[in-house]
Amino acid sequence: MVELSGRTVFAGEATADLLVLDAPLSFWGGTDSGGTIVDGHHPQRGVSLTGRVVALPSARGSSSSSSVLAEQIRAGTGPAALVLTEPDAILMLGAWVAAELYGLRLPIVVLTAAEHRLLCARSGPVTVLAGPERATITA
Amino acid sequence: MGDVLELSEEDKSMLAGEAGPAAQLCLRMIVALARVRGARRLLDVESAHVDGCLYHGRAGLDFAERLVGLGGRVAVPTTSNVGSLDLRHPGVVRADPETTAGARRLMSAYTALGCSPTWTCAPYQLTHRPAFGTHVAWAESNAIVFVNSVLGARTDRYGDFLDIGAAITGRVPDGGLHQDANRRATIRLDCARLPPALLAEDAAWGVLGHLAGRAAGSGVPVLTGVGDAVTEDQLKAFGAAAASGGGVGLFHVVGVTPEAPTLAAVAAEDIETVRVEDLRPMRDELSTARGPGLDALCLGTPHFSLTEFERLAALADGEPFRIPVYVTTSRAVLAEAGRLGFAAPVRAAGARIVVDTCTYITPILDPVLRTVMTTSGKWAWYAPGNIGVETVLGSLAECVASARAGTVVRDGALWSS
Repeated sequence: MVELSGRTVFAGEATADLLVLDAPLSFWGGTDSGGTIVDGHHPQRGVSLTGRVVALPSARGSSSSSSVLAEQIRAGTGPAALVLTEPDAILMLGAWVAAELYGLRLPIVVLTAAEHRLLCARSGPVTVLAGPERATITA
Repeated sequence: MGDVLELSEEDKSMLAGEAGPAAQLCLRMIVALARVRGARRLLDVESAHVDGCLYHGRAGLDFAERLVGLGGRVAVPTTSNVGSLDLRHPGVVRADPETTAGARRLMSAYTALGCSPTWTCAPYQLTHRPAFGTHVAWAESNAIVFVNSVLGARTDRYGDFLDIGAAITGRVPDGGLHQDANRRATIRLDCARLPPALLAEDAAWGVLGHLAGRAAGSGVPVLTGVGDAVTEDQLKAFGAAAASGGGVGLFHVVGVTPEAPTLAAVAAEDIETVRVEDLRPMRDELSTARGPGLDALCLGTPHFSLTEFERLAALADGEPFRIPVYVTTSRAVLAEAGRLGFAAPVRAAGARIVVDTCTYITPILDPVLRTVMTTSGKWAWYAPGNIGVETVLGSLAECVASARAGTVVRDGALWSS
């Protein structure tokens, strides 16, 4: 059991199995509406993000990722939470709009690189409690 | 966080709903973003470019129609990015009827909000260009990197939703690439050993941009050693690939881009330097196809410029293409290319010109076309995942020769160093 403390990018709560991505990911062009990684260059192509606490180093690429993420949240195919090492405005906006339109909250948390590595070494269920500013991740 | 966001009196009154419910909703979004970014205040923007008109499903449409329903209207000149349809040539997109209807409604919603129906990812090719040092809110990764780097105006890496929010409120967080400190280079690519003949090719700049994106991530690359005969089309190709291969929102080219008259103007003395000597490995990373088979050619990602039309018109003159060739551009550039006589020879050689959208974001190509050649690092990077084709990246001359031969034709001397 490890408890990590991070910064909230978007508040919310989730408990789900951890999925660690080995490379940055652009949601637009990199994932489909079903929440599967379709970026042929990504080491985890074909893996589903749906319902997982996804730890990834950072986002990448297109500014359409906010629409793609919002649509995945609406359709129930999105991740359960995102844990990054740097705040990403584009993903945060996708989460914000999904919360505003549909009342569905996808927590987004930033950890330091060292704490992110600790999380990535874990597996199994992870609980993300992201308050207005600070977040706790129990893995 | 911890920084305190100070709002102006106008911001406070907008948050209280005095500028209407659409502006109120949008400013709440911008304030939420500003808090995440640690911004201390909001800034006025002079223009906006909206990426959100590309259809990704109901959420994007619900948001745009919510703003229309709340009486939203842009407060600054606002251009629209590509949509998911070619409104001028309705048969060209093979999407299902539900997607087509959604895409049409989305484009209508953004027009109703007051966006100019430009439908282009290259708004910098239109007549209005933001001035050096002015703040704007542009979305679409290639438009962002171009306006920041080539024009020297300032936008952060904005995405869908925030773009129209900034257009309606005229405000953005004062953070990211709006601030001097974040516009310094983080990595230097020394290109002095690349052959000048290769650097004269736009496609080489796409490959170099991809390399820069991989090396810089979301940082700021600076190029040295490329001379000063760099064209806007080359900078366009570079920035688009750097933004898709990494998260680059700004680059500098010493002696070329306006913030970088010298290396010292944009970088610390001890900046990490990568010496670029051979672009072939990166070109091959952007070429997923193996073997000489070729089914189609796609040009114009980002949208073809007038100068690119002129070059293609000269190359296309003569023997017709043996495989389908698609050129994507904006309505405005196509009108000008038609007037100047550049569109007719391109069409006469057999090319199909598509406007308002792009060939890698929506089903335009016949599904039997499996291997596609392009000059665009961005197209080559995204098309395999987006539309399931294999790619070959090449120079414009290689592409035209290949389209005539119906098989991949390489200029053996070009890419070797």
